[in-house]
Amino acid sequence: MSGPAISTRGVTRDFKAGQQTITVLHGIDLDVKAGELTFLVGESGSGKTTLISIMCGILWPTLGEVEVFGTDIYDLSDDDLVEFRLQNIGFIFQQYNLIPSIDAASNAAVPLIAQGMDRHEARKRAVAMLEKLNIGDQAGKLPNQLSGGQQQRVAIARALVHEPRLVVCDEPTAALDAASGRRVMDLLREVAVAEDRACIIVTHDNRIFDMADRILVLEDGKVTHDGKHMPEDH
Amino acid sequence: MIWIAIRMLTGDPQKFFGLVFGIAFSTLLITQQLTIFVNLLERGASGVYNVSSADVWVMDPVSRTTDVAYAMPSTALDKVRGVPGVEWAVPHIRANASVRTKDGDLEGVAVIGVDDATLIGLPKNMVEGSVDVLSQPDSVIIDDVGTTRMFPDASPIGERLELNDQRAVIRGIADAIPSFTSTVVLYTKYSNALNFVPGTRNRLSFVLVGKADGLTSQELVDRIEAETGLRARTREQFARDGVDFIIENTGIPLNFGITVALGFIVGVAIVGLTFSLFIRDNIKQFGALKAIGVTNGTIRRMVAAQAGLVGLIGYGLGVLGTVGFIYAFSANPTFKGFYIPWQIPLISLVAVTLILALTGWLALRNVLKTEPASVFR
Repeated sequence: MSGPAISTRGVTRDFKAGQQTITVLHGIDLDVKAGELTFLVGESGSGKTTLISIMCGILWPTLGEVEVFGTDIYDLSDDDLVEFRLQNIGFIFQQYNLIPSIDAASNAAVPLIAQGMDRHEARKRAVAMLEKLNIGDQAGKLPNQLSGGQQQRVAIARALVHEPRLVVCDEPTAALDAASGRRVMDLLREVAVAEDRACIIVTHDNRIFDMADRILVLEDGKVTHDGKHMPEDH
Repeated sequence: MIWIAIRMLTGDPQKFFGLVFGIAFSTLLITQQLTIFVNLLERGASGVYNVSSADVWVMDPVSRTTDVAYAMPSTALDKVRGVPGVEWAVPHIRANASVRTKDGDLEGVAVIGVDDATLIGLPKNMVEGSVDVLSQPDSVIIDDVGTTRMFPDASPIGERLELNDQRAVIRGIADAIPSFTSTVVLYTKYSNALNFVPGTRNRLSFVLVGKADGLTSQELVDRIEAETGLRARTREQFARDGVDFIIENTGIPLNFGITVALGFIVGVAIVGLTFSLFIRDNIKQFGALKAIGVTNGTIRRMVAAQAGLVGLIGYGLGVLGTVGFIYAFSANPTFKGFYIPWQIPLISLVAVTLILALTGWLALRNVLKTEPASVFR
């Protein structure tokens, strides 16, 4: 892997609030490398959700450029950008956002089905991924029949089943106790971090900061820290 | 993705059945009301349909329908018989009368006098007895509406009636299409009818005509009108006149139209509300799908599939409900002969499609407006 997995240059994002324009991100320049577990850390309102949304191609920046594995994603047409996300990015949402009326295997298979794969073949591959995450025996259960941790694993399976090059996690441990949170992080390191894959985790859970390879701290829309550990004053 | 869309919908039974109920209820209301409306309108032509052998009806120029007729002098019959192309022409009288049953009840009836010799003017089929009974003295044949209304517990055959102070004996039951007002009808010979019905100088209501071979009904109509100065209508035209009379002179089209419109509005309201709730409850999932990389086109197809499934089941249930209604009431003479014209389910289908297109579009707008980034908020 020669260049960075993600490269942002001068990324600025404004939001309108009535008559006012609020600048949430102020010209962010950063590179995210593949093979690392990168944490994006900051208080509520610091701009980390906005930055992660821009980095994975679901929110347009007001200014600046974003390259993901060498592709300037906001230079793509709308359809091409949607296709790019489908092929290259896996999402793990804080609330999991599983479809309640289909079983765990079908939930995990959604990206493959969206790519056009036959449903039964997609399910087979999803079950294999669930087995890798040690919940293969829960494949036929509906989300409401699973514990929070199991739902989290189904969401991880959904994010990884199509072997994306970028995995984005939003507060993956927010709803878990400390031990479960660390187990999920161990799992993510095991399955989501690879030489050719980047993994970014948005979090403000200080119980897991020690598990990061790199921590980016965002304050008031600017990166104020970039290192292996959290700064002393946090 | 269509499979996922269907599972999303059926996995929420309350909303799924709510949507199906909304469509089924609308379809039932629209189909059932239109069916009753059309069949009621056709009752305006029952007097014509009951006389299957007449090609042309001849009447006074002011007469409009079988029930709104001005009597002609008996010489009209001879005039019509003198027109070239007339194979046969027979007299036909229709008049109102009152009967007193043996229990003393009073009932308004229509007396129809048919040709003495040929019995042309009688309904084609009999429920009980034979048309030959009319050759016996004071004989009348009652229709099945009269049987149900006046003799609900026993056969009317042999029953004596006081018909305008005359003695009449029921000797048969005709299988007739009821009139618009479901009036009891008594059929008798023309000569008997003249006795039963209080008379003025002119008593002949219609002349029923059969056309000669090689002539169309319309050509014969034109000839009769030209040569006699009377009004002549083909069977089809006169049936249509009866229907038009009801449309023009009653509030029925407006009332049924209001009910059909209400069916549509209720459908839009129930389905629209339920669909919106369903979409709102699943907006996070739709947002997640959009973030993952599902295109707006696929989302549109997903919502269309959900609407299509609901429409198919709801519409089917609604039409089945109408069929069930018609079947359940088929034994009641009021609903005798009711059928569902093929155009009505088609109209309901168009209405259901409109309801689903409108509500689906409104629901879809919310999904399409949802930014994928909202899943991170």
